[in-house]
This record gives sequence, C-alpha cells and structure tokens, in this order.
Amino acid sequence: MGLRGAIAIVGAAESTDLGKLPDMSALQLHVDAALNALADAGLKPSDVDGVASAGELPNDVADYLGIVPEYLDATNVGGCSYMLHVRHAMAAITAGLCETVLITHGESGRSRVGMQPWAPAPQSMMGQFEVPYGPVGAPSLFPIGVRRYMDTYGMTEEQFAMVPVVQREWAARNPRAKLRDPITVEDVLSSPVIADPIHLAHCCLVTDGGGALVLTSAERAKDLCSSAPVYVLGAGESSESSVVSGLASLTSSRAIERGGRAALRQAEVAHDDVGHLMIYDAFAHVPLYGLEDLGFVGRGEAAAFVAERNTAPGGRLPLNTNGGGLSYTHTGMYGMFAIQESVRQVRGTAPAQVDGVDVSVVTGVGGMFMTSGSLVLGSASTV
Amino acid sequence: MKPVAQPTPDTQAWFDRIDQGSLTVPRCQDCDHRFLYPRMCCPACGSRAVELVQASGRGVVDSFVVNHRGPQGFAEDAPYVLALIRLEEGPRLMAHVQVEDLTSARVDLPVVVTFTERGDRRVVQFIPAEVA
Repeated sequence: MGLRGAIAIVGAAESTDLGKLPDMSALQLHVDAALNALADAGLKPSDVDGVASAGELPNDVADYLGIVPEYLDATNVGGCSYMLHVRHAMAAITAGLCETVLITHGESGRSRVGMQPWAPAPQSMMGQFEVPYGPVGAPSLFPIGVRRYMDTYGMTEEQFAMVPVVQREWAARNPRAKLRDPITVEDVLSSPVIADPIHLAHCCLVTDGGGALVLTSAERAKDLCSSAPVYVLGAGESSESSVVSGLASLTSSRAIERGGRAALRQAEVAHDDVGHLMIYDAFAHVPLYGLEDLGFVGRGEAAAFVAERNTAPGGRLPLNTNGGGLSYTHTGMYGMFAIQESVRQVRGTAPAQVDGVDVSVVTGVGGMFMTSGSLVLGSASTV
Repeated sequence: MKPVAQPTPDTQAWFDRIDQGSLTVPRCQDCDHRFLYPRMCCPACGSRAVELVQASGRGVVDSFVVNHRGPQGFAEDAPYVLALIRLEEGPRLMAHVQVEDLTSARVDLPVVVTFTERGDRRVVQFIPAEVA
C-alpha cells in the first residue's frame, strides 16, 4: 500500500490571534484554531472522526468540540509532535481506521492560562543528570553543542548571527510576525548574552497561539469544496537520548537525519525538487544543523550557506519564510506553525510567498534534539 | 538551595558512589560497552549484566556554554561554565567546570573530576587538569 500522496491537508489555520492572549486558555486556543481549520476545509466538527493533539489531550479537545472520535492520537514528544500526528494519520486514514483527522495545537506559552508549569520531573533522567547543574532550561541545554560545532567547522560568531538577521527579513514581509524591524549582525551580537555563545536574538519568542490541520484521503479531498488540497508526499520520525549529554553527536542531530531522510525517500523527491523549507528554530543553530542533517548542504557548510543569503528572500532555498520561531511566533511547541507556513507556501497564499512552490519540506524537533519529525508536502502537480 | 538528584532504583548505586567521592561508569559485562546514564541494561546489546567500574576521573570538555543567567540557587554564581565532559572511558556527563578565568574555558580542555558538597550529598564537577 503506497502512502505517498495518499492523504491531503484540506484544512489549515492558526488561531485568530497570536501573541499575548491572556483572555484565552490553552484549550481555547486549540479549539479556536480547530474551528478556523474546519471552516477552511468547509467541514463541521461532526464531520471529524479522528483527533490528534499535544499539550491538551485529544479526548478533551474532542469533547469540547462535541466530536465523537473513533481514532485518538495523544503522541507528545515535544514541539515536533504535530509532524508525527500527520504521519500517523497518513497510516490510519489509508488503512481505513478513520476518514477525517483533526490535529490541534494551542499553548498559552506567554500568558500561561490553563497551562501546567514546565519542569522536568525530579526523577526523570534529565532531572537527575542535568537539572542539578543549573542549566536555565532550553537556552543553555539546546545550544550546548554550538561551541563544538564552531570548533569543528570554523563557524564565526558573525555567520551564526546571520540566522536571526535573515529570518527577520522574512518576518518583515509578514504582517502577522511579532518582530518585523530589520536587525543587523551587530544588533544580534550586542543583544544580552544568555548562555554564551547564545545571545537573546538567537532565542525564539515566547507567545500564545494555536494551529490546526484537517486531513483526509486524497480521494475524498477532491470532493471537498476547500482550498487546493496539499498532499502529504512523505513523512518520517525518530528519537534519541533522553539527556543532552547522551546525544550521539553535538554537531548534528541523528533524529533529524533519520526522520528527515525517511520522509524524503518516501516522497521520492530529490533535494533540488524542494522549493521551500521550514526547520524548527527554537534557537538559531537548529536550522543550521537541520540543513546539514537533511542533506541540503554538506557537513559544516550551513553557516556559510545562510550567511551567503541562499535562504534569504530571493535566495535559492527559502527557509523559515514566516520569520520562524525567532521572529514570527513560538508558543512552546512550534512545529504546528512550521507546518502551517509550508501549507500556505504550497497553496500559494503565504504573506511572503515564494514563486512556484510545489514541494515543501518541514522539519520539527522536540526537546533538545531528542525527537524529530519531518513532512514533505506537495501541490496537486506532484501526485 | 541548588537541587540534588533524586535517584531512582536504577541510578541509586551510581549516586551513592558519588556521595562517597568516587566517579564510576556503568560497563556491560557481555559486550564491554561503557555508557551513561546508569541503567539496568546495556544500550548497545540489551544485556542485564551491568556493573559499575571506577572511572579515571579524566576527560575533556566536549562542548559548553557560559551561563550568564541562572535558575533559582544558581543566579549568584553566574556567569558559570556548564559543560558536557567526554570522560576518558567514552561516555559524556554534564557538569560545571570551575575555572579562574572564563576565557580559559574551551573545547577539548583537559579536565579532572572533583566533588562539591551540596547539603549532605555530593555533586560532580570538573577542574582544568593543569590546575589539578
């Protein structure tokens, strides 16, 4: 049974607002995005028979919306969970377990309304082996390998600073982006040091927001009065160490490489076929690792590739075109927003639209490179 | 108060040895793989025959950040070096590296283990080998 192009995204939308939303709980943000995505698909909650979500439980999302599901996916492996939800829905819909799957994200990351506080459990491996050293959470744990990367490949502070600079150029073209004013390398390097070599400008935003997707079989997608279906050509997922100290490499991500390359293989696309790329940017080094792990550039080449403007507006591989987690929005589990931008680019409706995107690759990560999921999305011309 | 690890049954023996001032590394008796974190089976071959062997206490800084902010209990120590140490036996461990001068922190810096008291427990930390 071939899964390439077997299902399509027929509804995709974000919450009505993004940013600081103290009048919305996390669950409300799931539901607000779900209603917008269902409207986008021309469907009602009663048309949905499968629900997947992370952050809130899918049974709670289903109940709030009055959905009676026959398929539930509560996979929560961090910010890339939504990529995994799409992959699992691909299998479930194709196998006939359900027809229409709603995937939701909502997080009150900034206002913390209806949210559990984030902290590793004291008896988790991270709680035992890393928290006692005062890591300041993700801003020191996620980029801790960057010094090794700089030492191995000779990346300069100035090249590294170009990641937020270029993404801000994309954000400037996107009215919904939180940060839109241009910045320079000097601005990045003079922003406060958080965990040297990480400055504030290398770190993602912390916002409130939601997003949702509606998926169904490619066959059924043709009959729906919706925007042009966006086909799921390939998907992959992987994981590795529970603690940062156990990661296979400090200069690459095995999970991105495994999951991403599996998605590209399934999609039967070559790197040159990819017109648009999203790589989860909780911190500025993640897109650099991702470019190499996915095979778009060789080892050690990503920083120069970005600094030479290949991923910038007008460049040959547009990357993080919504402005990314650094400039657009980042609620905590950003993967849903990366998928939303890939869908918009394939549909041709993105605020910073790239010409002629038929194939988009979107890669998410969870934890500090502990998990990853990738999707290859395509227009009707690719199936 | 800085946190201390709350061991689980599979990590208790390793932390007990730390409290005694001894750094050990789990070793598989079947395939000789050495690994961290401590666990009830070997992640290379699945064998349950795992023992703790004495570590040399020597290693190098594999990578690091200099935290300019710290969570509760650590803020007054900032800036401090939070590092991943590659032990001579192979596996990595997260710990602080105590340096006189922050600019001396670097990738591949040779370090040796010391222990710092935290309440009635001990916590692993490292110092540059040239200082030791």
